[in-house]
Amino acid sequence: MIEIKNLHKSYEMGSSSLHVLKGIDFSVADGELVAIMGSSGSGKSTLLNILGMLDNSDQGTYDLDKIRIANMDEKKAANYRNKFLGFVFQSFNLINYKNALENVALPLYYQGISRKERQVIALNYLGKVGLKDWSSHLPSELSGGQKQRVAIARALASNPKVLLADEPTGALDSKTSMEVMALIQKINNEGKTILVVTHEQDIAEMCKRIVLLKDGVIVEDKKVKQNIIKNV
Amino acid sequence: MSSLKKIFDRDTWDEIFESISKNKTRTIITTIGVFWGIFIYIALAGSATGLENGFDDAFSGLSKNSMGVWAQRTSIPYKGFEEGRQPLFRLNDVDKLKSRIPEIEYISPGLQAGAFSGAPPLVTRGTRSDNFNVFGNFPVYAKISVIKIFDGGRYINEEDIKYERKVAVIGEGTQERLFTEGEDPLGKYIEINNVNFKVVGVTKFSQGSGFGSDSDITIPYTTFAKLYNRGDRYGFMFIAGYDYVNPNYLEETVMSNLKVLKTVSPEDDRAFGSFNIGSLFESIIKFTKGMVFLSLVVGIATIFAGVIGIGNIMLIAVKERTNELGIRRALGATPGEVKVQIVLESVFLTILAGIIGIIVGAFLLFVINIGTSGLEDFPFTNPTVPLAIVFGAFITMVTLGTLIGLIPAERAVSIKPIEALREE
Ligand SMILES: Nc1ncnc2c1ncn2[C@@H]1O[C@H](COP(=O)(O)OP(=O)(O)OP(=O)(O)O)[C@@H](O)[C@H]1O
Ligand SMILES: [Mg+2]
Repeated sequence: MIEIKNLHKSYEMGSSSLHVLKGIDFSVADGELVAIMGSSGSGKSTLLNILGMLDNSDQGTYDLDKIRIANMDEKKAANYRNKFLGFVFQSFNLINYKNALENVALPLYYQGISRKERQVIALNYLGKVGLKDWSSHLPSELSGGQKQRVAIARALASNPKVLLADEPTGALDSKTSMEVMALIQKINNEGKTILVVTHEQDIAEMCKRIVLLKDGVIVEDKKVKQNIIKNV
Repeated sequence: MSSLKKIFDRDTWDEIFESISKNKTRTIITTIGVFWGIFIYIALAGSATGLENGFDDAFSGLSKNSMGVWAQRTSIPYKGFEEGRQPLFRLNDVDKLKSRIPEIEYISPGLQAGAFSGAPPLVTRGTRSDNFNVFGNFPVYAKISVIKIFDGGRYINEEDIKYERKVAVIGEGTQERLFTEGEDPLGKYIEINNVNFKVVGVTKFSQGSGFGSDSDITIPYTTFAKLYNRGDRYGFMFIAGYDYVNPNYLEETVMSNLKVLKTVSPEDDRAFGSFNIGSLFESIIKFTKGMVFLSLVVGIATIFAGVIGIGNIMLIAVKERTNELGIRRALGATPGEVKVQIVLESVFLTILAGIIGIIVGAFLLFVINIGTSGLEDFPFTNPTVPLAIVFGAFITMVTLGTLIGLIPAERAVSIKPIEALREE
């Protein structure tokens, strides 16, 4: 599904430049649930953003589902993001003046799907994350866990090939973190490829594979026995 | 979907309505500038038209190329005449002037008691009496000034002149003061300076019938001349040129010919007084045209400022919404779609503000019109704004709204989606 080779990324800051990713080789197969770990500043978000086509790399190749992602113009990149990628952020990034249903329906709007159909699909995904009854609530009327579940529903709504989650539980307490991870496991079990950036060991152990980043390179990459969450 | 097609897509507008209606404060602040601009513009332009129409009405009763001339006193001794002489006209001057100036269509010599000449005479009927201006006119006067007579009555005619009849045409104000309500004055007698006159007509007063009031009394010229012993001399006449004649030319030609006829120095500008309706009208037209132009300039400038205000606030809004726009782009909005949305928001706000401004402005004009319609001496009628001008203002607004919207739109897509997302 994902195939990257010798990926480099530096940030230019005035005269100096910060080399963040120093040659990453990494591939993800269909249906995997991968945790990306590493200390703060090790480049986890940078990597995820490049995978999500929100940022460009300086060097190296990136193939997504056998399609070469290189030097795309923003328009094409937007279409790829829309069709292939779903995002979940630590800070939820819901649009504050849209209710839960409208937020979930937004990626479908950019796919040109009719309003009626959008609402049906969006409501279906809200049901999947257990928030059917909250569809008309604004983000400000939802708890953190509920907001993140709306964000996950939104990321899933366009039926992407890959779900990218940057510290999805970073702003949640441990109980709600469990709920969100249970949801991610469930979606993964249905066949979706998912990458999760996290700081927390226990969260990482709920995935099927852990990749450790250090100083811009992958220092460890291992399959783990998944800690399956039951009865939350 | 192409960006252009998005403009006609209902979903695009739903998005825009949502963004506009759920950010009310922003929307209101944004639109006030343009609203104010178009409001000022409509109110000013409408008022200018109202004044123009009002003056048009006020002068509608007088032929535009008519003039008045009267004898004053000479200021330069000339051909043996001392200065200070009053060069009064004689009735045979009418034909002399006409033969010298072929452009003249009518000449109406006039005598008056009261108004510009002496005290208004006492007019009595039964126990009621009052002072009124009395004019001696020929029937031709009615050709120069539009005179409306109430049903059943008539103006002075040639027979009245020929037989020096003691008949009078009175104003509606005169009727009010000398007759009881509901009484028909026609055929009744009034006394002017103790002489009985039979009322043959009542004139309807209208703004445009020249310089009189609603209570003037007109009697036959010949009767007046005999009664007040004026012989064939008179001091004032109305002159009307044919339609094609330039009123300024007419005035100059009449003045120079009168100087010859009455043996007045060509340099003597004080011997006669005169005015012409054309130039009076012209200066008023110039004034109202100036006002229309001024309102155009002020209006356009205010609209311009308003639209720039919209652009400014849109810029701030785009900055505020950086995160939202980043989310939209992460979810698959192309730069084109983001730009179209921002430009359309800007255009929509401009149009919304414009339409409200037009409606409120029109309402104000409507109220002013109703408020002034009762005022006879305030020249203000039908304050409308030509549709073409409203349309022009509209096009200007849309164009400016689009152009100004492009700036924040460009700004919004100039950064990478990830940078937009990082913004909180
Ligand atoms: N836009 C940027 N401009 C300059 N430097 C940046 C930028 N984004 C990230 N960096 C730097 O790149 C390095 C990697 O950042 P990144 O956000 O990928 O780290 P991370 O592993 O996600 O850390 P965290 O666990 O704290 O989220 C950091 O040193 C950071 O300061
Ligand atoms: Mg990070």
